[in-house]
Amino acid sequence: MSSTDQQPTRPAPPAGLRALVERRTSRDLAGRLFSATATGAGALILVTLAAVAVFLVVRAWPAMTTPAEELADAISWIPEGTTLLGYVGPLVFGTLLAAVLALALAVPVATGIALFISHYAPRRLASPLGYVVDLLAAIPSVIYGLWGGLWLAPRLLPAWQWLADNLGFIPLFREPASTPPRVIMTVGVVLAVMILPIITAVAREVFLQTPRLHEEAALALGATRWEMVRMAVIPFGRSGLISAAMLGLGRALGETMAVFMILSPGFTYSFELLQAGQHQTIAANIANQFAEANPLGVSALIATGLALFVITLAVNTAARWVVARRKDFSGAN
Amino acid sequence: MVRTRVVVDTRAPRPRTATSPTPRGRLGRPVAAVLAVAVGLVLTGCGSDDPLTDPRRPGGPLEAEPFVAGDLTGTLAGAGASSQEAAMNAWIAGFQTINEDLTIAYDPVGSGGGRTQFVEGGVDFAGTDAPLDAEELDLAADRCAGEVAELPLYVSPIAVVFNIEGVDSLNMSPSVMARVFDRQITRWDDPAIAAENPDVELPDLRITPVNRSDESGTTENFVEYLHETAGADWPHDPSGNWPVAGGQAAQGNSGVVQTVNDGQGTIAYADASRVGTLGTVAVEVGGEFVGYSPQAAAQVVDASPFAEDRPASSLVVALERDTQAQGAYPIVLISYSLACTTYEDAGTAELVREFLTFVASEEGQERSAVAAGSAPISEGLRERVVEVVDQIS
Repeated sequence: MSSTDQQPTRPAPPAGLRALVERRTSRDLAGRLFSATATGAGALILVTLAAVAVFLVVRAWPAMTTPAEELADAISWIPEGTTLLGYVGPLVFGTLLAAVLALALAVPVATGIALFISHYAPRRLASPLGYVVDLLAAIPSVIYGLWGGLWLAPRLLPAWQWLADNLGFIPLFREPASTPPRVIMTVGVVLAVMILPIITAVAREVFLQTPRLHEEAALALGATRWEMVRMAVIPFGRSGLISAAMLGLGRALGETMAVFMILSPGFTYSFELLQAGQHQTIAANIANQFAEANPLGVSALIATGLALFVITLAVNTAARWVVARRKDFSGAN
Repeated sequence: MVRTRVVVDTRAPRPRTATSPTPRGRLGRPVAAVLAVAVGLVLTGCGSDDPLTDPRRPGGPLEAEPFVAGDLTGTLAGAGASSQEAAMNAWIAGFQTINEDLTIAYDPVGSGGGRTQFVEGGVDFAGTDAPLDAEELDLAADRCAGEVAELPLYVSPIAVVFNIEGVDSLNMSPSVMARVFDRQITRWDDPAIAAENPDVELPDLRITPVNRSDESGTTENFVEYLHETAGADWPHDPSGNWPVAGGQAAQGNSGVVQTVNDGQGTIAYADASRVGTLGTVAVEVGGEFVGYSPQAAAQVVDASPFAEDRPASSLVVALERDTQAQGAYPIVLISYSLACTTYEDAGTAELVREFLTFVASEEGQERSAVAAGSAPISEGLRERVVEVVDQIS
């Protein structure tokens, strides 16, 4: 753009050249228009992000500036003697716990599925399987939530009871397991199912990108298929796998309906995964309390939403950092 | 009729020869099944759609005089308690059948929102689970340029439901119920429960109380009942939020009932219309155990006095939860309809008056009983309500 602006004035060109110049100016106009539209579209993302952040801060402000005692008086579901931070704390803890549980369950399985599709399955099986995984990723989360809450959760009870009976000495699985299993462990399983397709889809794409030469070199050195995967595919795909996991984590952090429908909420910093009424996530809590909240209550809920926004940003930034750091060692370049 | 014949025809075993399996024979079974369902739907669709005159209605078809009102026109806006939503929809539908050119809207924003919108003049009438407080009464007096009418038109029994295999009904005194919900009694075969249920074989099973996770009028009324009747066995203050932390909880009546159904040895409180197949608790009143029923719920309202120090048109019931009246069921939720006794616009006043007259009428109360499982108000209370409604001008 700058080069056209600074074009010095010249003597009138001959007729043939003039036609060319005219065409170029009109082409230039189209180019400028396109450039402006693209820049605008790019800026729109930033504007949206800023608008969300501003909205959250402005609407959360009344709750953040009200003294703790007044806040507890005005909002019936904030217990006496609890500050806003004291209210948000257990929610943040519950949100992270549920998401981390889901990730811990989903990533190994997703990696396995992705490796199977990319390197183990016969070609005739691999492409339909990949297609099915993409299809699973497209199912709305509320459908998973309904299925998880109404069908899967009741069937998990025997497993949780077994865990509590046999591993009850570990505080994580303190017995007795609650019935019905409306506990954070169940939420973790359902969230894992929900984020499995997206992690698998991304991981499969990444594993497929492994340079053919790396793989063949490994095989030529006498590596078995498993050793080839370990030496060539996984190191190459590690940063991609991490971004896939972070995508899944983002979805798990913000998931509302499934948690809302499964979990018996409670506000503690408890690691007892099989006990009902100990945990709650930010998103599910907003859905639960919003309907009957008074203005200050809505403000407090938006403050918790602000916390979720910050967590998600932090998670994504951390993921970028990890990916950027790993890129140099991945062997991709 | 042709359809019916096809069904009979294809259902009968067709003689088939191995050489000529007709395509129709292969299709016959699924087609027959679909047709059978379709015919079934058509047949059940016959007859009256009105649940009130349905011969299968509990207590027989309603034989009350059909409600006659003028051909009112215009629009009426209301907002408030979500507990009344199902009943309000039934009332509006019923009233609009009589007055076809009339539009009534009810926005179930919650009791607090309804009261605010009403005193600010945003809506013509409102529904609320809690009566107006002193400050709101002042605001309402300003808004109405007269008195505010608070009418107990929605009385809903709250049932205590449980899920134990093979047990349909249990007796509990307030003290035992309070200790169960406060998790002081933790097993179903506890001697305290067994003493009140000598004929029931109680299982050796952990008790899992379930409560509402959201703020609700159902919770508030249930906790109030325990607070007023159980004495020292219930150490918590009344509140719309469940006061005992760390238990099973779910959102809304349907969530609670779903949770009770999913678990074993669960117990909860829920709107009586949602009980379904669950077992219910009969509570001790005056030395006897009373199960929930619309009549028993209406009775406790009759046995309670109106609250004092309120405007004459305010019929707020000071519920006597610890009533000893025979056959009264004390765990009820009363939701009020708010209106002004004077409206600036005579047209609005007429609409509100006629609508509330309909709601209070036998037909109106029957409609909400069918739609929402509420308890129809008694004849005595209806007279008091109509007295107030007639003043609206």
